[in-house]
Amino acid sequence: MIQLEKRKEPSKFWRIANPFLAVALTMLAGGIMFAMLGKDPFVAIRLIFFDPIFSETFASYSRPQLLIKSAPLILIAVGLAIGFKANVWNIGAEGQYIIGALFGAGVALAFFPAPGWYIFPLMVLAGAFGGFLWGMIPAILKTRFNTNEILVSLLLVYVAERILAAMSLGLMRNPDIAGFPGSRDLRRYEAAHNAELFANTGIHWGVVAALIAVIFAYAMMTRHMLGFHIQLAGQAPRAARFGGVSPARLVVVCLGISGALAGLAGMFEVSGPGGQVRIEFASGYGFTAIIVAFLGRLNPFGIVLAGLLLGLTYIGGELSQMMLQLPGAAIQVFQGMLLFFLLALDFQTNYRLRLTRGASA
Amino acid sequence: MRKPLLRLEGLTKAYPGVLANDDVSFEIGEGQMHALLGENGAGKSTLVKMIYGLVKPDKGTMTLRDQPFAPAQPSDARRNGVAMVFQHFSLFDAMDVAENVALGMENPPPLRDLARRIRDVSEAYGLPLDPTRLVGELSAGERQRVEIVRCLLQDPKLLIMDEPTSVLTPQEVDILFRTLRKLSSEGTAILYISHKLEEIRALCDEATILRGGRKIATCDPREKTARELAELMVGQVLHPPARPARPVGDVVLAVDNLSLKSNNPFGTSLKDISFTLRAGEVLGIAGVAGNGQDELLLMLSGELLSPSAQVQLKGLPVGHLGPNGRRKRGLVSAPEERLGHAAAPDMSLTANALLSASARKGLAKNGFIDWGASEAFARAIIARFDVRTPGPHVLARALSGGNLQKFVIGREIELDPDVIIVNQPTWGVDASAAATIRQALLDLASKGAGVLVISQDLDELLEVADSFAALNEGRLTRVRSSKGLTVEEIGLMMGGAHDMHVAQVASV
Repeated sequence: MIQLEKRKEPSKFWRIANPFLAVALTMLAGGIMFAMLGKDPFVAIRLIFFDPIFSETFASYSRPQLLIKSAPLILIAVGLAIGFKANVWNIGAEGQYIIGALFGAGVALAFFPAPGWYIFPLMVLAGAFGGFLWGMIPAILKTRFNTNEILVSLLLVYVAERILAAMSLGLMRNPDIAGFPGSRDLRRYEAAHNAELFANTGIHWGVVAALIAVIFAYAMMTRHMLGFHIQLAGQAPRAARFGGVSPARLVVVCLGISGALAGLAGMFEVSGPGGQVRIEFASGYGFTAIIVAFLGRLNPFGIVLAGLLLGLTYIGGELSQMMLQLPGAAIQVFQGMLLFFLLALDFQTNYRLRLTRGASA
Repeated sequence: MRKPLLRLEGLTKAYPGVLANDDVSFEIGEGQMHALLGENGAGKSTLVKMIYGLVKPDKGTMTLRDQPFAPAQPSDARRNGVAMVFQHFSLFDAMDVAENVALGMENPPPLRDLARRIRDVSEAYGLPLDPTRLVGELSAGERQRVEIVRCLLQDPKLLIMDEPTSVLTPQEVDILFRTLRKLSSEGTAILYISHKLEEIRALCDEATILRGGRKIATCDPREKTARELAELMVGQVLHPPARPARPVGDVVLAVDNLSLKSNNPFGTSLKDISFTLRAGEVLGIAGVAGNGQDELLLMLSGELLSPSAQVQLKGLPVGHLGPNGRRKRGLVSAPEERLGHAAAPDMSLTANALLSASARKGLAKNGFIDWGASEAFARAIIARFDVRTPGPHVLARALSGGNLQKFVIGREIELDPDVIIVNQPTWGVDASAAATIRQALLDLASKGAGVLVISQDLDELLEVADSFAALNEGRLTRVRSSKGLTVEEIGLMMGGAHDMHVAQVASV
């Protein structure tokens, strides 16, 4: 008979080992999936995980892409992880990302074509503010009416997507090009362009912001009372109240921080790699960041590693689409499997399987 | 000599790191009232779990009526006539009495028949119980009756009772004892677990004393004094806490006519609570569990807010302030539930020291935590209150209940408060640790703090309290001096037998 037994203390070993094991299992299961699609699994796995960095043919293009794809994932995931630690489940980062992009682009388009050093910083503030506002909707609904933030934040993603489409077709559409949806290309507007800071590295202001966010988040979670209260509220809500933590305030803080960071990510994307407000601007970073946060064990430095890995699957996914004609959805399945395996494996940090002998009457 | 019913021989059970039972042997006779005595952690629970089939012994044998007895699970034990009433009830609040009883039976009869049998059995044994009432509406004493009746329906030969009187008023204890005596006279043996010595001396005809997992003695408790029994349990000579006379000062805490709705659907709302607490005074608040103790603590600690003027601390209104606002002004508290409320289970003792101390001890500057100072504070608590732990890095949940309690109470006492509120300060704590905690509370009072002790342990309250009140269904009685107070009077303050007719037990 197999019995589940709760561990006295969560296993530290499995906490660290599980993300690696989950990656290995994902490669295995993904390989099987690719084989069933009629592709050589070894080639596909190599294309996704190794070629973007090591292949001579692709690396010169892909290596800078790695930071470009990973930075928004890390930026968003750092914010989400803070909330997740407090059991505040913001699933709508994608929506906050979109609204942040719209606010940032809105500032740029309002100033166009004026020059000025102050335009880009204003866009940064506007982007963070937009994401913050979008995060405040589930926060206030939860604290006032006790709604479920998971549901509200998720549904607001679809509202944000509609707003994005409306903006691309209406208010923000480029007036100089008749007929096409989409705004002006911000990369061609110097004062608003989030350009590469060092040539061919992929490092733009979003990468810098992600690094700063990682360091700040780490300092806050380990050294500041706010971080202590966040962990307390997540682990022992009654003890948190005893410690003087107001649960409502924490919901607002957590959704505010994660919303603002997601908004920043959207703003850096729209003013740089994305370039313009258009209907298909949102590429799922807000959802993938949830995987990044968990894979990184909700730890800011773990999130850096996880963000780089998931960034890699984006690039590798594109590469394998190009080279092997793998369907684009395959890479989303791949990312989903990663979270699936991780959550399944995490069971053994808290429980152990035990084989017991003996019959029971 | 009675005919032996159950014989235990050399029962041994080890858990990783502890020998819970070490070669325990004794006998329970038919119809005998046998007490099992011992401090927390002495191995009483493990022993009865083995008898009830919840735990399998590593070594040793049991014999029930000359037949080998090795229950693999509780249903085996029940089939053999062994029944158990647990300290913590396993009842569903939202179901009625009969439904709850049916849930615990192997083959429950139709509810209508069951209700009739519940009525018959409860009347026969003087435990009045209405099978159609919702369990959520019952007092703790009535809930216990549900559990007892559930056992009696199985016609047990051995009834195990784990700390049955901890939730009862003295009058309810009387009713229970009459029931148990009747059962015993009809031939049902009772294994009675308790650490209340006077009770055992009044009720039982044999007592087995455990200490550190080993049997220390089997004796007739009526031939020993309570003090002798206690010293057998603890293995050392006990000193009652010293209570130097102290002057009583100004009012430090005043609650004025406060009513507060409980935030828990099965909680108890507070009704018109008024009292004052003076500097140097120890006010004891008695009451059966679930009569508003938790709510009273939350209301005083600041976890539940109230109109500001209705709670006054040293003359200043604080009803609107949260826990940290009140801590800064000198009021600290220690809730009943150690793990999960007074302490975060998965955090270190250092983090748990920070939990309530940051406001008063300045452990955070501009919001940045001084972990060094927090650790030093945790070490100070550990040293002063003799908390047995490898160090402040240990997780709170790794500590035994008594040690964590010492840590939690010690943390609040070390904050040097003007007012301290504690709920069940020595619940589940061994006798010597309990004495340490009570002494520390008395010391705090003699230094001029107001001390409010909420407790279900009357002996404890009589030992420490200068003045006395009781909570009954969310209402607080008038506060009176504890001088000359008898247990009888306290019982009536606590609501007597909770408005139930004192049961008429059919004479034997």
